[in-house]
Amino acid sequence: MIYNEPSPLEVKVLTKRFLLENSASIDTYLATDGYKAFLKAREMTPDAIIAEVKISNLRGRGGAGFPTGMKWSFVPKNSPKPTYIVVNADESEPGTCKDRLLMENDPHQLLEGMLIAGLATNAHAGYIYIRGEYRYLIDIMDKAIAEAYAKGWLGNNIQDTGFDFECYTQTGAGAYECGEESALLESLEGKRGIPRIRPPFPAVAGAWQSPTVLNNVETFCAIPPIILDGGQKFADLGTPRNGGTKLVCISGHVNKPGVYELPLGFNLLRMINEVAGGMRGGKKLKAVIPGGSSCPLLKAEECDLPMDYDSLAKAKSMLGSGGLVIMDEDTDMVKAALRIMKFYAHESCGWCIPCREGTTWLKKMLTRFDEGRGQSSDINLIGELAKNMLGRTFCPLGDAAALPTISIVEKFREEFEAKLVVAAGSYSDENRFVQIA
Amino acid sequence: MADPVNLSIDGRAVQAPAGTLLIDAAKTAGIEIPAFCYYEGLSLQAACRMCLVEIEKTPKLQASCTIPVGEGMIVRTDSPIVAAARKSMLEFLLANHPLDCPVCDKGGECELQDMVFRYGAGESRFTENKLHVDEKQWSPVVFFDAPRCILCYRCVRICNEGMGVGALGIVNRGVISEIAPNEGDHLNCDECGACIDICPVGALTSGTYRYQTRPWEMNHVGTICTHCSNGCKTTLGVRNDKIIRGNNRDRSGVNGEFLCIKGRYAFDFTENPERLQSPLMRINGKLEPVSWSRALLTVAQKFAEVKNRGGKFGVIGSNRTTNEENYYLQKFARQGLGTQNLDHHRSGDLTTLLDAISGKMAALATVSDLYKTKASLVIGADLAEQQPLLAFQLRANFRHHASHTYTVTNGPVRERKYAIASIVANPGEELKAVETLRDRLAKESELVILFGDAIKGDAVRKLVAFGDSLGIPVKYVCLVDYSNSRGAVDMGLVPGLLPGYRAAATSGLATHEMLAAPDLDVLWVVGANPLKNAKLALANAFVVVHEMFLTETAERADIVFPAASAYEKEGTVTNVTGEVQRLKKALKVMGTKSDLEIFGLIAKEMHLDLGPARHDAIFDEMRKTIRGYNVPLPVIATGGAAQTSPVNGRVPVESRPDLIQSARDTLFTSGSLGRYSKMLNSVLEHPAGLYESGVNTP
Repeated sequence: MIYNEPSPLEVKVLTKRFLLENSASIDTYLATDGYKAFLKAREMTPDAIIAEVKISNLRGRGGAGFPTGMKWSFVPKNSPKPTYIVVNADESEPGTCKDRLLMENDPHQLLEGMLIAGLATNAHAGYIYIRGEYRYLIDIMDKAIAEAYAKGWLGNNIQDTGFDFECYTQTGAGAYECGEESALLESLEGKRGIPRIRPPFPAVAGAWQSPTVLNNVETFCAIPPIILDGGQKFADLGTPRNGGTKLVCISGHVNKPGVYELPLGFNLLRMINEVAGGMRGGKKLKAVIPGGSSCPLLKAEECDLPMDYDSLAKAKSMLGSGGLVIMDEDTDMVKAALRIMKFYAHESCGWCIPCREGTTWLKKMLTRFDEGRGQSSDINLIGELAKNMLGRTFCPLGDAAALPTISIVEKFREEFEAKLVVAAGSYSDENRFVQIA
Repeated sequence: MADPVNLSIDGRAVQAPAGTLLIDAAKTAGIEIPAFCYYEGLSLQAACRMCLVEIEKTPKLQASCTIPVGEGMIVRTDSPIVAAARKSMLEFLLANHPLDCPVCDKGGECELQDMVFRYGAGESRFTENKLHVDEKQWSPVVFFDAPRCILCYRCVRICNEGMGVGALGIVNRGVISEIAPNEGDHLNCDECGACIDICPVGALTSGTYRYQTRPWEMNHVGTICTHCSNGCKTTLGVRNDKIIRGNNRDRSGVNGEFLCIKGRYAFDFTENPERLQSPLMRINGKLEPVSWSRALLTVAQKFAEVKNRGGKFGVIGSNRTTNEENYYLQKFARQGLGTQNLDHHRSGDLTTLLDAISGKMAALATVSDLYKTKASLVIGADLAEQQPLLAFQLRANFRHHASHTYTVTNGPVRERKYAIASIVANPGEELKAVETLRDRLAKESELVILFGDAIKGDAVRKLVAFGDSLGIPVKYVCLVDYSNSRGAVDMGLVPGLLPGYRAAATSGLATHEMLAAPDLDVLWVVGANPLKNAKLALANAFVVVHEMFLTETAERADIVFPAASAYEKEGTVTNVTGEVQRLKKALKVMGTKSDLEIFGLIAKEMHLDLGPARHDAIFDEMRKTIRGYNVPLPVIATGGAAQTSPVNGRVPVESRPDLIQSARDTLFTSGSLGRYSKMLNSVLEHPAGLYESGVNTP
């Protein structure tokens, strides 16, 4: 099932089966080139598979954008321990809702991607770690896995190729933190979901301290088309160093919010105006969160740029997971900052001091500010506290909370000051403590 | 070892072995990098972010507690950006930390206070409401005040990794994360209090110490725990002749910072209301308080009268009194009273072991050997219950060096959780079981064998022969019960054996023979309770007892002298591994005298010349006359431990295995002393219950 009308501007590579009847069934999948990429990969050497992925310029779709082929090449070749494939389906970045569609509509594409990763790294077992809130998806994936076993696309000696692969689903318990790869592995092993000290990285010591290929759902789903049609074809869809298409999840004040598959490098303003049907009610664009709530915001005038990893990095933001949140001129940016911080304060795992204390402090201060009880000195303090978290936390969750906050305070400072004006008279800095007394 | 790594910290050239953590390398160069969660010997956390440093060519600040030194690394710990990071971490920490320092137990010795003083900001910018959670009591020993907790996870780790108990964990997430006990709202654990001591702030406080004093109002007296044979150093906090706490935060002594519940909290017997504070004399069949002079005179006259008519004495010494006292007592008995009937409660077959290893060099292990040895074999003892420090050492050795531990016991013991091989053997069949381990043991490069009272007499000789036949260096520990069990044997509180294991001209009666003797005139019991499970045959024998409490033996006495405890006197004791350590007097309990003082006063009344009854003079004499006790004075004087090996030849007596019996104390008992500790009696755990509750593997 899909939730929005497709756009004619889309380039459907990963989502090409979404509109087919029974798209999730193995029969549909097999009838539309399904598992052919696996059979092709089986004829290739592991190095050739990794080379093909490198050619495709595929970068990690979970948010960090690390080149996938390079990540796979870090897996030791002759490990005495088994190698594992782990799928990060803990999709929980606010504004992001693409992995659920990939699993819901085309689960076998994910399984095939895992199989090919298994061929490339000599792994024979895979885990799909699905966030707890996606309970219904576990049934879908389990069904797909059962079908694959029944038809001989999983298990021992897959299609007489001599290749064995077991696949399991595992559910999270509702923690954003477990989307961070090392916390995910802790949780997968049945422990408290807190991140690990790195190095060693999962490629060397991941699940059960064994070499592990850990990628996002969308990354694995891109593998079958890359193998089947060649890495170069996939790379050519995007811009240099940013291969292929990306599923973007457009939400907020637009006429046609939804998930669209667009080539990397697609212009952001065109995305809003042509793909998502323009601003709702003809309002003016104010700001965009380009890749999930952990990315610095872009002001309207910064939005004329190609949506790929490098261009957004140049604009001091991130493509992230492709979760675009479009905000119109009526948006209260203080409220937006507060909403974001509430999320991170709720989701901080509590392991390290700056994130645990910083997010809650900021939440409390933004709440007070939003309620008209702010002081002028608070504005700088909000920015400073966020900067004190930035780069100093144990894992990137602290950065994820700090970056949007810093950008909102810097880019929309006047909105914070406006809140002070409303508050003045009834609640100025000078009489604040007198009033409480 | 690999070549050392060269790096620069704050412009100083530093060399460190490969693999050294940056924070440790800085420390050796005299550069402090502050940290809460980093703790030597425990697993790494990188959670507190206090140790962030600048490393050239690395964009972000790095946690120096998890980064190993690298060749050519250029590190700055003194840059403005590092200072700013530290300041901000402390600001975050103080956000929800209650500023109740004036009433907090930790105030004055709080790591958070110290850090804020040195690295923190002068003013607070936090104007929001602080989180509050009510304080909880987890056990009679442990209280937890969550808002003070900075979540450094030291307590969780020391309990799980250090103690092998794993009674603490973390619940909730984010800012409401909290340390929580293993069983709902209470602890089921060893109640050792290690979590309290290791807490850098006042989040974990102890039932005995909380709200009693400010730390700077106490005198801190480093002495030796009197409860078991392990000889842990405990630093007693004393105010106005009252012990308020015990700990060993300075990590001095053979135990480092380890202490069990007895070392940390069971000092409270000293102030038990039942403590004897005046001599007692049997008058008209009842024990009545009398003056010291009357009691002493009565005893001296009786002793002289019996001695002069050639009557029969029986003298039973203690395994908790000092070496000096034991030495003086045997001198008093042999020279002053002319008797050879001298004994004490023997809990391990030391004499046979020393005889069997005669001629071997370095065959007795020390406490620190247990942390270093590649392999160890525990026979017939429940170490975690009876020898907690030795158990801690073996556990730490396993965690840090993956050493091999083998156990041969009569039932389940905690060591089995990390032991490489465990055998449950029927009593008496331990050696047979040990024999089945021969091939594996012979492949080890060295071995320490610890054995309890299951192995005695001939079995000890067989065990040493077994050790010899392995062809690897083997050391032994003969497990005994109490703080000076070893010293009592060394000092000759055994029939037929003089100090230093020299033969006496004639032998005498052992304890049970004294009690059964039909013609016993005087029984003199110093700090022992032989009548707990036995009867004195003769109804009209004159019984003199030195005791702290009215025990079964004291109740039978004609004269009871109120004795000072080990915490109230000076002298030396020798622990289970033969390490001599010094007691320091922490307090004076009104009305009591040390046993040595009482000996001296009786001798004076009897006009005996036994030399001065002063601990220092006697120690001098011991050092000169007892082989092995010429231990280095500076080591002893500065609170160190020096191993004695008092014999290197045959021991001239039969060990009487039938008389050797451990009292099988547990973590929560301590012979007759434990009965008078309120804290030991208040804990709810049944020692055996600790095994059933699924205590975690380290």
